[in-house]
Amino acid sequence: MPLSTPEFASADLAPAGSAHEPLSTRRSSFATTVSLPSGRAGLILTGLTLAVTILAPALATADPFALSGPPLVAPSLVHPMGTDALGRDLFSGVLYGARTSLFVASAVTMLTFICGAGIGLIAGYRGGVLDDLLMRVTEMFQVLPRFFLVIVAIALFGAGLDRIVLALGLTSWPVLARVVRAEVFSLRRIEFVRAAESSGASGVHVLWHELLPNVMPSVAVMLGLLFGQVLLVEASLGFLGLGDPNALSWGVLAGQAQGFLRVAWWLAFFPGLAITVAVLGSNLLADALAASLSGR
Amino acid sequence: MSEAPDALLEVSDLTVDFLTGGASVRAVDRAGFEIRPGETLGLIGASGSGKTATALAILGLLPRGSAVRGRALWRGRDLLRSSPAELRAIRGAGIGFISQDAMTGLNPLHRVDTQVAEALRVHRPRLGRSAALGHAGALLERVGLAPERLADTPYPHEWSGGMRQRAVIAMAIANSPPLLIADEPTTALDVVTQSAVLELLREVRRESGSALLLITHDFDVMAELADRVIVMQEGRIIEAGTVHEIFDNPREPYTRQVLAARAAASASRDGCLCNGVVRIERSPGNVPGGLLRVEELTIRYPLQRRLPWQRRSWIDAVDGVSFSLDEGESLGLVGESGSGKSTLARALLRLEKPDAGRIWLAGREITRAGGAELKAARAMVQIVFQDHTASLNPRRLVAGTIAHPLHVHGCYGTSGGDRWIAELMDIVGLPRRFLARFPHELSGGERQRVAIARALALKPRLLVLDEPVTALDSIARAGILSLLATLQRTRKLGYLLIAHDLRLVRGLTHRVAVMRQGRFVETGLTQQVYDAPQHPYTCALLAALPISHPAERAAPDHRQSR
Amino acid sequence: MQLVPTVAGIVLVGFLLIHLAPGDPVLALAGEHGDAQYYSFMRQRFGLDEPLPQQLATYFRRVAVGDLGFSYVHGRATLQVIMERAPATLLLTGTALVFAVLFAIPLGILAARRPHGARDIGISALALGFYSAPIFWLGQLSILVIALHLGLLPVHGMTSPGSAAAGMSHVSDVMRHLALPALVLASHEITVLVRLTRSGLIDELTRDHIRTARAKGVRERLVMLHHALPRALLPVLTVVGNRAGHMLAGAAIVEIVFGWPGMGRLLLTSLQTRDAPILLGLFFVVSFTVILFNLVTDLLYAAIDPRVRFR
Repeated sequence: MPLSTPEFASADLAPAGSAHEPLSTRRSSFATTVSLPSGRAGLILTGLTLAVTILAPALATADPFALSGPPLVAPSLVHPMGTDALGRDLFSGVLYGARTSLFVASAVTMLTFICGAGIGLIAGYRGGVLDDLLMRVTEMFQVLPRFFLVIVAIALFGAGLDRIVLALGLTSWPVLARVVRAEVFSLRRIEFVRAAESSGASGVHVLWHELLPNVMPSVAVMLGLLFGQVLLVEASLGFLGLGDPNALSWGVLAGQAQGFLRVAWWLAFFPGLAITVAVLGSNLLADALAASLSGR
Repeated sequence: MSEAPDALLEVSDLTVDFLTGGASVRAVDRAGFEIRPGETLGLIGASGSGKTATALAILGLLPRGSAVRGRALWRGRDLLRSSPAELRAIRGAGIGFISQDAMTGLNPLHRVDTQVAEALRVHRPRLGRSAALGHAGALLERVGLAPERLADTPYPHEWSGGMRQRAVIAMAIANSPPLLIADEPTTALDVVTQSAVLELLREVRRESGSALLLITHDFDVMAELADRVIVMQEGRIIEAGTVHEIFDNPREPYTRQVLAARAAASASRDGCLCNGVVRIERSPGNVPGGLLRVEELTIRYPLQRRLPWQRRSWIDAVDGVSFSLDEGESLGLVGESGSGKSTLARALLRLEKPDAGRIWLAGREITRAGGAELKAARAMVQIVFQDHTASLNPRRLVAGTIAHPLHVHGCYGTSGGDRWIAELMDIVGLPRRFLARFPHELSGGERQRVAIARALALKPRLLVLDEPVTALDSIARAGILSLLATLQRTRKLGYLLIAHDLRLVRGLTHRVAVMRQGRFVETGLTQQVYDAPQHPYTCALLAALPISHPAERAAPDHRQSR
Repeated sequence: MQLVPTVAGIVLVGFLLIHLAPGDPVLALAGEHGDAQYYSFMRQRFGLDEPLPQQLATYFRRVAVGDLGFSYVHGRATLQVIMERAPATLLLTGTALVFAVLFAIPLGILAARRPHGARDIGISALALGFYSAPIFWLGQLSILVIALHLGLLPVHGMTSPGSAAAGMSHVSDVMRHLALPALVLASHEITVLVRLTRSGLIDELTRDHIRTARAKGVRERLVMLHHALPRALLPVLTVVGNRAGHMLAGAAIVEIVFGWPGMGRLLLTSLQTRDAPILLGLFFVVSFTVILFNLVTDLLYAAIDPRVRFR
């Protein structure tokens, strides 16, 4: 065999200076992500939000729906975030409100992942007429103003978490679908995908084993950003009084505060702060993940 | 060193460190050289050897996060210690720069002539806009870009690589700088364009008397243009001398290796397979076209529509091509980029859908085959791609990569499992411990060997080799070529070798087909095509072949006579 | 034109909403609280007694002539009611957009000049913070701090109560009322645009043609403004186009927080009176605005980038 030692000689001399490393050479994007300051901050904030969500019953000082003190009391040791116009403890309200807000955001993110990634993968991989058709539909959905559509839907169908999730999910997937489609579209021309195809791998195999793992990182980035966006939209809906009447959420709390802005600043301040912390957490994580992927 | 006072540029102890993520990588290590007025100094080395960093350091154009030490004396002034304003005054006016990749070297949003005019006006603020544009037009004409061309398509995106490279040269010579730095000026170009651009550089140098610092990894370019050559390896200058000294008496082992590898790759007349062709055709068991037969194959691509309501127009990437291949025969497919050769290759693996024509593989028609039939056919034909980085899934270990086709066909166990994988590593000349590595931990040549091992895993009868060594440096290239030659001989593999470099095809094929604009313009036994080309295009391709030794340089009219 | 299927799709979505909603579709078209005679008139007008395909055709025809239904609450055609409120919203959104662009591009340039320098980290962190805060909260906080605590600007409505000022003093009154809501609305857009400008510039500055420009001796300021910025702004332009829907949603919220008499206020009152035709009409008006906005930015894009120039 022509082992041609000269080549190995040159191979062992690692090229000096070339700062370019192929994008996907990192084995663990997670480790890199967390090593960035923004990633660590995002992890802490997200961890905090999740902990609060899970531990709400243990942490809450009162039943969020019960009258537990005099109305409109400023923050104190008994009521760390004060009380509302009916004398309900705001701190407990914020703790329990996390559950609704995070549930909606998680459900919408899941729905978006299934629709968006699925349609993007198929359109990008199959190409041709199917691609044209799917992308046309995607464009149409992308133009739909998410916020106003959800409002009309709730006005016509009535308020409810299921309807909010469905309406937000149906309007959130197009961006993800387009990103996935664009990535798949360029990936499927890349030689390792061609190589898998030329060794006889089926379309499903290529989609599942070659393409999906390689688009997952950018999907994760998109979903992280989307999670934050959905938290914000859900808050806006609650602010307008369109939230589920039976579920306490951060947006609902903030909406109730609007009428008492001059007399009780805490009613507006704390729910908004909670939303900002949660959204900032997922945005930071997504950002750090994107940075670690771009190989900075 | 006695000529030092005469030197245009004198670099000494130049050291460049790149700081990446806390770690520091030394790109250039105490490099020193000088350029005298009017001379052409070649700076050669493999990618990553620090040659581009050297040039950028001189011009102060290194990206942020790089530390530069040493001296670069330009007419008595140290460039490395000059203020940004002083450096700007020298860039373009004193030292012109011709960048590596002409495709991206021009600003896509600005007209080409305004970009050339800008080069003039930066250093002559009093030059009016229209005067500068007029001057720019003349410069562009000087480098071979006719004014009509500019009127038709003023923006760079519609220009070919060669035209853009000419425009970049026009910008660099706009202020008649005494020194030009050209960083891999022809790397991204095909053979014919490459030889034309080199010719242009030669003319420019002769007319203006500029000195030229020519950076390249390609000894052919050196042979064409350089007066003196310095060789860089791992950031150090390991050898320097006149171009004849370097070519005839290389002192360093590295230089010798590279030159030897280069000679092995091109001078293959003796090891040529051409003799074998006769034997193959006469062997009684072989039906002509027994391995592969292609009839009137056509593949069209839709052209990008500018607006959705425009009618789609089509381009024939492959236009009615027919050929056949016997068992164990090797066919070369030669043409410029865009001639349709890669599309044709992909169609044979049914990675492209043929729009017309038929393909038979080992007597079975596979033109419209699907499902299990196609899967079985694909086991017989395997492909090795040009881009060794892109062709391996970065998330899979070498072992998994090579075994992947076996898993897909569900025959990992029956074909010998781990033993067969290990054996494949031996066949392609890789140590077995590499099985547990990721592709990015290997060198380019090693990655290409992995790709070959993967292609061999299913024991195919036909190997499609799509520019298998183009992306490799000359030493790795020689290793892969000798591996391919051995495999062909010992395993009786059919080859379809696609290349734009004719010298490479020559050593590895029995027959050759020259392709242009989707069609075969000439086919024949390799030796015949080389010795007596029939089609003018083949002649042009052969004439564009770079000379292999500076001694072959001659008067300008020598090219026509060759 | 690829616009046609998109517009048709949106009308179809409206039609589906009306017919999938529980209850009589006429309620969605004519609002609640009407009498029987009025409902039968509306039923006829939108052909609600015909079979579905024909209803769809009638609906398309109605929308095409600008008939989006009738608001019983207002006693007028939906489109008319919405268009009355549109100028105020347009003023708010337009001002915010101008603010956003004027602040975002210089900030983006400042951040991109030294990536990962102190200034960049500061700007990026601030941008991310604003990006993560709900817009009504920013509004509420700005009212608390700037208006109530510092007493700098008015916080409610478009004009001072009881003011009958005209001419220049009216303009300045409106501008004082406009300043805070426009800034709050802009703050959200700024963050998006700063991030895009920054990343676009950083990306662009590593390109070969920038090195070519520097090698010609072009000064750094020109390299930034003349060579890097135009192409870095292309994605910004696209995003401005795509974010028209976001901006109008944000405007609605800001209007409610600041009592600005635009479409957002209309949205809130219509929700309270269950005035479905107005809400549906708002959905259409916003959708068509988004499409129009996308079209305009596409045209601008083509004017800047020769690679997509129209022939």
